[in-house]
Amino acid sequence: MNQAPLAIEATGIVKSFGDTRAVDGVDLAVRRGSVYGVLGPNGAGKTTTIRMLATLLRPDAGSARVLGHDIVTEAADVRGLVSLTGQLASVDEDLSGWENLTLIGRLLGLSRADAKGRADELLDAFGLADAATRLVKHYSGGMRRRLDVAASIVVTPELMFLDEPTTGLDPRSRNLVWDIIRALIEEGTTILLCTQYLDEADQLADGIAVIDHGKVIAEGTPGQLKASVGSGALHVRLLDPEQRPEAERLLARTLGSVSLDPDPAALTSNSPDSDRAGEAIAELARSDVGIASFSLGQPSLDEVFLALTGRPAEESGGDVEEERPA
Amino acid sequence: MSTTPTTPDRGPSTLEEAALRKALASTTRPPRAGALSAALTFGWRGMLKVKHVPEQLLDVTITPVMFLLMFTYLFGGAISGSTSEYLDYILPGVLVMSVLFTTVYSGIALNTDLTKGVVDRFRSLPIWRPAPLVGALLGDSVRYLIAGTVIVVLGVILGFRPDAGVGGVVAALALVTVFAFALSWVFTTMGLLLRSPNAVMNAGFMGIFPLTFLSNVFVEPETLPSVLEAFVNVNPISILATASRGLMHGDAVGGDIAVVLATAAALTAVFAPLTTHLYRSR
Repeated sequence: MNQAPLAIEATGIVKSFGDTRAVDGVDLAVRRGSVYGVLGPNGAGKTTTIRMLATLLRPDAGSARVLGHDIVTEAADVRGLVSLTGQLASVDEDLSGWENLTLIGRLLGLSRADAKGRADELLDAFGLADAATRLVKHYSGGMRRRLDVAASIVVTPELMFLDEPTTGLDPRSRNLVWDIIRALIEEGTTILLCTQYLDEADQLADGIAVIDHGKVIAEGTPGQLKASVGSGALHVRLLDPEQRPEAERLLARTLGSVSLDPDPAALTSNSPDSDRAGEAIAELARSDVGIASFSLGQPSLDEVFLALTGRPAEESGGDVEEERPA
Repeated sequence: MSTTPTTPDRGPSTLEEAALRKALASTTRPPRAGALSAALTFGWRGMLKVKHVPEQLLDVTITPVMFLLMFTYLFGGAISGSTSEYLDYILPGVLVMSVLFTTVYSGIALNTDLTKGVVDRFRSLPIWRPAPLVGALLGDSVRYLIAGTVIVVLGVILGFRPDAGVGGVVAALALVTVFAFALSWVFTTMGLLLRSPNAVMNAGFMGIFPLTFLSNVFVEPETLPSVLEAFVNVNPISILATASRGLMHGDAVGGDIAVVLATAAALTAVFAPLTTHLYRSR
């Protein structure tokens, strides 16, 4: 077996749909056994990149090797080693969960008995045993996603593409999917994870590329990325807008920077850590500045984008990714 | 990972850690599925859909059944002198119509798949690339047989008596199914080119409907204006209907059967690779 040190090695891959360059020269290097996050807003080119690497789309320019195989000339070899969990849950709605998994098992070359056994085992493990015979169109979003991930590991892949695995899920379903992904990571599966959520990339990935308008605009560990942004922001809302100048002065003294929100009672400060934020709140309280609410936010994708590009993450070109290219 | 058992309400809040570990422990990769095995698995998928969505089959069978009843009892006497005589003429024709109408649904089904994510999954599997298409059409062929059988059974109830007996009927059904398999590739091509399942339905029936009526399915072409007669005589659907009639009544002309099979081969030779290419390059 080919043991190239890199699971994914992409150089300058480009894909255009009409006049839009959905992917405009992306380079990626993903080590075997790692979890690599590709972070970006809708329409940034994440899905198109994944579809090219999974051999569903042919790049217009550039080249890429996945697990040592060229994605164009050795596409069949790539397909034998990877699995894809698409943005649209890639399962058959008109079949039951059990039938879906058995179908995939048979297509991957399992014997009838093995395919059935594997389907039972996965449904059990993913908390879907009760819904095994129900048609997938009656599944909730979270159940569908879990079935989708299950379908991707009927035979353990060497590399897994996960395209926005938790977009649109409620927090509990999201945690279940994360649990599964963490267990996969512990088993040593290499994962390329596309996400819109910094939080998700931060929790799961050990390397992140930020992508915008089809280009990688930053790369690093979650820690490096967050350091480049600042660790987070303290949002404070006062009981009395009249006290805002006083609060501004106090926050500037304890935290350094402070900015005024459009809301006349609110201000925001960059806060290096929660201890300093706590001190700042205590300082406000000591000075009799009435606080209606405060929150300490992790830097959001928006803040990362603001820091990296000087503009907020926009939903530009969203239809490029939504629409399936003909 | 949290493993505290909690009371499940709408499903589990946590997953059974032991079961999850066991399921995720690496499995060995089995040898790649063979081309035939993959295609048959997709055929099985088609069968499951008939099981889960039987209405779809009903939809395409009901129209031919209505035509059979309407033409036999309204026009049969006027066209052939008696309804029973006309039934002998029209039944093989309606069989053809019924099965060919069903072929449009192959294109609709493929288009529906494309609008969902499931095609991405199939395309990312290490299988013989035309397997999803060939398999779907094999599954559809079973559907064609069912649609055809419904018409034949109804005909027999109404008094249809084929001179060539069961063997002739089976041969006719087989011929129609082979032709339908070939024609389906036209509609799967359409299914890949058009935007929505509805568009495939409209375009498909806009083609198949006039072609079926401008054939000898319902009337002998001799009474038609000469231009129309010339068209009806070369229309492959006419030749297929004539061949089916011949097989059922025991006076089949080998030439007709050969033309039907050659047309089927030609349709498959052009549209099967075209469909596969479009499916691959989407």
